[in-house]
Amino acid sequence: MSAAAGSRGWDVAADLERDPATIPDPATTPVPQELRREIEAHMALYPDPRSANLPALEAAQRVHGWCSPEAIDQVACVMGVTPASLDAVATFYDMLETQPVGAHAIFVCTNISCSLRGADELYATIRSAAGEDPAFNVRSFECLGACDIAPMASVDGVYVGPLQIADVPVLLDDVRAGRPVLVEKQLSRRDCADPETGR
Amino acid sequence: MKILFDRIDEPGLKTLEVYERRGGYDSLRKALSMTPEEVLGELEASNLRGRGGAGFQMGKKVSFLPHGSIEKYLVCNADESEPGTFKDRELLQKTPHMLLEGLIIASFAAGASRSFIYIRGEYVEQADILDAALAEAREAGYVGERILGSEHSLSLVVHRGAGAYICGEETGLLDSLEGKRGNPRLKPPFPANQGLYQGPTLINNVETLATVPAIMRMGGAEYARLGTETSTGTKLVSVSGHVQRPGNYEVELGVPSREIIYGLAGGPPPGRSVKCWFPGGSSAPVLTAEDLDVPYDFDSLAKAGSMLGSGAIIVVDDSTAILDVALKTAKFYRHESCGKCTPCREGTNWTVHMLERIEAGEATPMDLEIMASVQEHIIGNCLCVLGDAMAMPIGSMIAKFKDEFETHIETRRLQALQPIEA
Repeated sequence: MSAAAGSRGWDVAADLERDPATIPDPATTPVPQELRREIEAHMALYPDPRSANLPALEAAQRVHGWCSPEAIDQVACVMGVTPASLDAVATFYDMLETQPVGAHAIFVCTNISCSLRGADELYATIRSAAGEDPAFNVRSFECLGACDIAPMASVDGVYVGPLQIADVPVLLDDVRAGRPVLVEKQLSRRDCADPETGR
Repeated sequence: MKILFDRIDEPGLKTLEVYERRGGYDSLRKALSMTPEEVLGELEASNLRGRGGAGFQMGKKVSFLPHGSIEKYLVCNADESEPGTFKDRELLQKTPHMLLEGLIIASFAAGASRSFIYIRGEYVEQADILDAALAEAREAGYVGERILGSEHSLSLVVHRGAGAYICGEETGLLDSLEGKRGNPRLKPPFPANQGLYQGPTLINNVETLATVPAIMRMGGAEYARLGTETSTGTKLVSVSGHVQRPGNYEVELGVPSREIIYGLAGGPPPGRSVKCWFPGGSSAPVLTAEDLDVPYDFDSLAKAGSMLGSGAIIVVDDSTAILDVALKTAKFYRHESCGKCTPCREGTNWTVHMLERIEAGEATPMDLEIMASVQEHIIGNCLCVLGDAMAMPIGSMIAKFKDEFETHIETRRLQALQPIEA
């Protein structure tokens, strides 16, 4: 088990016999060249390099699929901080995964506006349709800021809606086939609702 | 009158070329030909109130920053996560240069030399658009050293969040931007004195900053003629929930709420009526059908017992049980509470438990009183207003729909008494 055991959450007991992990040694912590460059570029943007924590963890998650102990160690090594300080950050944010997850993120908004328009049923349908397919990471999410297309979902960062139950198989097939998802329902194609704005 | 949404869907508006063709960045040129004090004077004359939620006067906020050569920061809050709010998203996606121009002008007025846009991590497409616009602006000399040959220099970083409602709270945002968990800080000191990296910091919402170019173009006094005396200008309103045409609308502040909900958004589906509505995001106390004629502006909504907040109207029609709305609301705040202050951490948790007891038919009318008192004990007792943001709407629901809650409790109790049919 690596230093980042704490990333498994507050309800998992820490190993009290072990000393806290120190800053990983670059000699024994290989970091992919690309990832190192990306983290260092982020660090250079801020007066305090620790401001790069979030973008660095996000970058490592893209490489490793989640904030695994190995991913945390690599970020800690490049940034010169302890793994625990990064664990503390990773466990706070919904988009940083502290468990292994499927590669395709499907966040279904189930907040008030979406649930008033059927989001809970939509979420249940997507969950059961995706089943145990390890390719998917289906989660209910708090307000995603797209109540105008409620009920909606963010599929690998692309907002689609308003979704009907019948859209679910198409949505999953699009993701499986690597196609752009539900093109006609993508938020980026919509005009403003205000009738007087014009072009 | 459309200021922010003027021809918002013009193809290519997100590019510098189209934005400049429409006179984009002329306001920045005008501002740079003035002194920072004169620009600040225009902002103050406009009476523009912050569009993020608190409604504090923007010009006044700028004037709170210390003068002198000390390094100052400007942070744009693009962590739009108040349930029901999606107005900044439309601006970021379609007219990012309007935000950049406003931000640069504001940095000039405030004397800030470093700026950051903290955008919520879920807005992936919008952050990419913003990055592209920033690259164009930098290339054109609008961002960087000695902007357009003036003495003013500004660096700008687009910083992506990673999913946490609390990072929209300004001091939680600052901690997050410093690479920490997004826990709110004790205030005072306020960010104007001690904010990002302990330095003086101005924090403004996307819509607030995007309005600045128009204020410079029109003049502050002219802008102040729009809207009402204390709520000047136009406001983007996100309308969602049980309406036929959900979406963003730009209205002059002070229009009757009914006109927005029915006139623009089409009202609830045929045969249904408005049961209650949140006028300013899910943190605002709910109003009922009786309040539909309240003018939509900061002071009128406050007088009606609620708030304009982020300008997000969520409409709930008569087909919905108030318990479901309350439970959804409470669960959201429980999930998003950072856990730093006990009244919020425990209060949101126990409110959810009590609402679930009602749902399960295990509650008594006394639970309603306890729940109401829990809300009262949260308000004003935490470092930030996240707990209040649950307590206010839940408290208003208990007060305004007490009969419905009681009927529900009684019906479920009687149901539990029914003998099991063979």
